[in-house]
Amino acid sequence: MEAIILQILNGLDKGSAYALIALGLTLIFGTLGVVNFAHGALFMIGAFVAVTLNRIFNLSFTVIDETRTDFLGNPMQVEVPYVEQWFGAETGAAIIDWSVPLAIIVAIPIMALIGIAMERGLIKYFYKRPHADQILVTFGLAIVLQEIVKAFYGANPIPTPAPDAFRGSFDVGQLIGFEPFAIVYPYWRLVYFAFAAIVIGAVFAFLQFTTFGMVVRAGMADRETVGILGIDIDKRFTTMFAIAAIVAGLAGVMYTPILSPNYHMGMDFLVLSFVVVVVGGMGSLGGAVAAGFLLGVLQSFASMSQVIDLIPGINQVIIYLVAIIVLLTRPRGLMGRKGVMEE
Amino acid sequence: MLGLNKADLRLYVIVLGLLIFAPFIMNPFPEGSGLAQFNGGYPDLLQKLVIFGIFAVGFNILFGLTGYLSFGHAAFLGVGSYAGVWMMKLLTMNVIPALIVSVLVAGLLSVVIGYVSLRRSGIYFSILTLAFAQMCYSLAYSVLTPITGGETGLTLSLNDPRVLGASQTAEGNIPAPHFFGLEMSSSATWELGAWSFTFNIGYYFCAIVMAVAFYLAIRLFRSPFGLMLRAVKSNNSRMTYTGLNPRPYALAAFVISGMYAGLAGGLMVAMDPLAGAERMIWTASGEVVLMAILGGVGTLIGPILGAGVIKYLESIISTINSTILHQWFAFLPDGLENFVVAVIYPFVGKGWHLTLGIVFMLVVIFLPGGIVEGGKRIANLFRRKRADDSAQGSASAAPKPGE
Repeated sequence: MEAIILQILNGLDKGSAYALIALGLTLIFGTLGVVNFAHGALFMIGAFVAVTLNRIFNLSFTVIDETRTDFLGNPMQVEVPYVEQWFGAETGAAIIDWSVPLAIIVAIPIMALIGIAMERGLIKYFYKRPHADQILVTFGLAIVLQEIVKAFYGANPIPTPAPDAFRGSFDVGQLIGFEPFAIVYPYWRLVYFAFAAIVIGAVFAFLQFTTFGMVVRAGMADRETVGILGIDIDKRFTTMFAIAAIVAGLAGVMYTPILSPNYHMGMDFLVLSFVVVVVGGMGSLGGAVAAGFLLGVLQSFASMSQVIDLIPGINQVIIYLVAIIVLLTRPRGLMGRKGVMEE
Repeated sequence: MLGLNKADLRLYVIVLGLLIFAPFIMNPFPEGSGLAQFNGGYPDLLQKLVIFGIFAVGFNILFGLTGYLSFGHAAFLGVGSYAGVWMMKLLTMNVIPALIVSVLVAGLLSVVIGYVSLRRSGIYFSILTLAFAQMCYSLAYSVLTPITGGETGLTLSLNDPRVLGASQTAEGNIPAPHFFGLEMSSSATWELGAWSFTFNIGYYFCAIVMAVAFYLAIRLFRSPFGLMLRAVKSNNSRMTYTGLNPRPYALAAFVISGMYAGLAGGLMVAMDPLAGAERMIWTASGEVVLMAILGGVGTLIGPILGAGVIKYLESIISTINSTILHQWFAFLPDGLENFVVAVIYPFVGKGWHLTLGIVFMLVVIFLPGGIVEGGKRIANLFRRKRADDSAQGSASAAPKPGE
């Protein structure tokens, strides 16, 4: 039982990342009708915003500390980060420590700008062209973005820690009436799950309860009619693209403590997120989120040693197997609507 | 001749000429000169050009004719490679059985994948092939390690139980792949003044295979079957209404292109007998898509050009490092030299993928027909100019009455 709950927790976590990326992909599918292979790159950029901020906070200068001496008796040289100089030692250390959550604040405008630039500068010209062209051009863009990041940050993963307060583990089991230490789970992963839930909730609320969201949903259903009603749907769709970029970027920011960012993390997650979108049903936001969590949980169950002993290698292929089975039995995906992406 | 019409025959002869004289064409600069950097006439690269050319021609049969964009074609290449190495381990170092088995195994796999994937079209098809290929990659990397060698890859070893032929040579080495005694790695060098041209058995073997494969592709493009595939591309549902089931045709195209990929994989191990899972990762499938697009999808020669350009640039650009750049721009004043090098450096050497990505985006955006369309546009430009000139000439020489 404990093992099962642990696996569900594990799965929810991975599922959160899948769901967030897939949510953005589906938003772009549904609103703009564009297959965005560069969406994984947006996730990666988000992660590297966190890395960059961490580096900026750690920028330091050398001072000679007269009070301490090294073993030769000379005064010691100490590195003092600028933030500690400006904000005082204690606040400065806290700022450095909280670099990942603080990166959210920076990432939102950056991702929005990148999203708008992408949509206005490139994607706009591909609405009328076949899906194959959209896949190809965004695939090219993904390569370019990933290579730029590689040129600046190198090819090695860059560990970026979570704040001290969230380091270590939390005894989830005791909270729900198990023996102490039966189910212990890292704090940050719980934070990630909560964060994903909040972001997903916010996106849904935005689409459901605001006039803007209503118009966008109408535009998803019938773009031309909304245009005829005199609404500038293009501008709203650009905003939707920016929102999708922000969602992907935030997923990346918060994922950095779990997986040290490297330049190809976007491509790694992209394939899985596409599979998630297809399983969930193209154009269905609920489907993307549900399928993200479902596949995440399935994947973590499949990587239990008991299951691997039974069917070797199942952890590697479970997602693809599920995708293939779903597509063959329910061609529209679990919650797909009729007529979306069916030529 | 050969059942080809005039234009196709001309194209075929051009390709044959390119294949035969490639060691000369790719080696235009004398040895030791500053431009020798750009020589691509060494066997390794020539073989690669031809092998990826075959891969791209095969991919084009599917994507160019039917419009089904497969993002999983590297799986067939990888499977072909594994099959080829196993054939060499178990049966003989002769490359012919290895190639045959590579093609057959890749064909079998493509029947399975194609049968399932072709139930869906458009973006779903792309994702399905992508999923299948990633599945093959993961399996080759993990569970199938006894067959595929997992992370280290599959290589020949000194104690392979080779049925025909020895498992090691008299000197105690692993025997080299050969074609009835002609070793793939042997080559002859022809020194001609400052130039040196290398003629490699392996390259010419690949070139002959390519010539045959390209001939088959031309015949297929011009056959009624090829016409059927074009019909699938232009309007699938209309084809269904006329009472034809398009799926068997699409499946046949899928399997044929899978077999081409398997052939390319088999040739790869015939040149260098090792196979690894990284050949099957999905970005490798993306690469062949890039080749076809860059050259010109749906044209006969396009994919070969695309494969050639990408593989050539990959080998040449990725070897340019900052020292070489500094040599090139040494004539500039110091500050300017450093600036120019700093600007160019991210795009060469390790950054070559950045160049590739940018070029590819530009091609998709501005030149959807690829290099072939670019060539046509340039040719048209000149033709129109000449036509204008002659029109003007005749007009001035003899103005027609009544105008």
